[in-house]
Amino acid sequence: MNSKSLVSITDYSKDKILKILDAAADFEANPNRDLLKGKVVATLFFEPSTRTRLSFETAINRLGGRVIGFSDAANTSTSKGETLHDTIRMVSNYVDLIVMRHPLDGAARYASEVGSVPIINAGDGSNQHPTQTLLDLYSIKKTQGRLENLNIYMVGDLKYGRTVHSLLMAMSHFKPNFTFIAPDELKMPEQYKVFCDKNGIPYKEQRELVGIENADILYMTRVQRERFQDLLEYERVKNVYKLKNAMLDGTKDNLRVLHPLPRVNEIDVDVDSNPKAYYFDQARNGVFVRQAVICDSLGLI
Amino acid sequence: MSEQKKELVVVALENGTVIDHIPSDKLFKVVSILGLDKSEKQITIGNNLTSKKSGVKGIIKISDKYFKADEIDKIALVAPNAVLNIIKDYKVVEKQTIGLPEEIHDIIKCVNPKCITNNQPVPTRFEVVDKKNIVVKCHYCESMIGQNEIEIK
Repeated sequence: MNSKSLVSITDYSKDKILKILDAAADFEANPNRDLLKGKVVATLFFEPSTRTRLSFETAINRLGGRVIGFSDAANTSTSKGETLHDTIRMVSNYVDLIVMRHPLDGAARYASEVGSVPIINAGDGSNQHPTQTLLDLYSIKKTQGRLENLNIYMVGDLKYGRTVHSLLMAMSHFKPNFTFIAPDELKMPEQYKVFCDKNGIPYKEQRELVGIENADILYMTRVQRERFQDLLEYERVKNVYKLKNAMLDGTKDNLRVLHPLPRVNEIDVDVDSNPKAYYFDQARNGVFVRQAVICDSLGLI
Repeated sequence: MSEQKKELVVVALENGTVIDHIPSDKLFKVVSILGLDKSEKQITIGNNLTSKKSGVKGIIKISDKYFKADEIDKIALVAPNAVLNIIKDYKVVEKQTIGLPEEIHDIIKCVNPKCITNNQPVPTRFEVVDKKNIVVKCHYCESMIGQNEIEIK
């Protein structure tokens, strides 16, 4: 793999994470900078993801770079049966950097091994989406003023939700205290609890969305119907994990509610006007973080 | 008479390697992993032979062939208790046990149907994360696979 790629959040050391977050803060203060002038970046979206693609393309445009690419593999040679290997080899000839979204797990790691330019993973199947994790970290740092010693409550689908797994791994550098709130079907997988144990990270597990008075961060995720074999259980669970404005009474002033979006019904719209709701600002932070990651991959910061 | 029969079944080797204590149901996997189906050496294969240790076993004798460690470690996943007897001039000069390598290339199939290696022509690659309990991690999709789930390609 070329060392400038970002495939998984674990590719970044603690120092590297902090460097990216500092650079993102600079971009937030001054987003329009011509650092990518004369450079071409490919955004290869083998499956549609409008929010992520627009966020990356905004980042590239604000840096003065040019974008080529596609937003859906249907109209490309992929539909003729071209392998990922050949597409990446070909596009590597044209551009300085590739941002890639792919429906298959592990596609980004593989692309980073066959391409001659850095690859930034914009999501590979259900595996990794590291810039999402970095924008989560940026949002936490910005709203809390620090990353260390925070009470992080993760709620909803902790089994399949890649964002919570990556966030857990990334936060492990900063002495967090976790609370995992999920139904039995969607509990945090054993391997992540073993990881916490090994790294001396305290956590507790509970089934109900109650007792959040000590939370600094409430990280909500979507509970998806297709994860359940028993639909009656889904009907019960989806209401248990629905955050309503009244539930935020008595919580800490610094509490912020995060969500990777899209939200369906796990956060009631009556939360949106609460100053503790942060999920839309969180999405905005993604542009600054992606500016920082792109510049780092090209050795510009 | 029965003694003579035994000798006929298991021919003595002048020089080469005897791989002993292979689980019977894994014998032909071992043959294929080591590429012995393409070898031009003299090979004797025995299977479902009675074993004091494990009921039945398989055994492979290859003339004039000695394996390098990285070659033989490949069979550790299917036959971790196999023993290699190095034969020189009809005598066992060395017994080797088998160790798991750090990385396993293109032997195991990933269990994740959505892994890139199951959908495109990409050789598999696994990191051994736990040698004792045999747990491997897909280098690409990062799925963890335990011993009972391991499937040879």
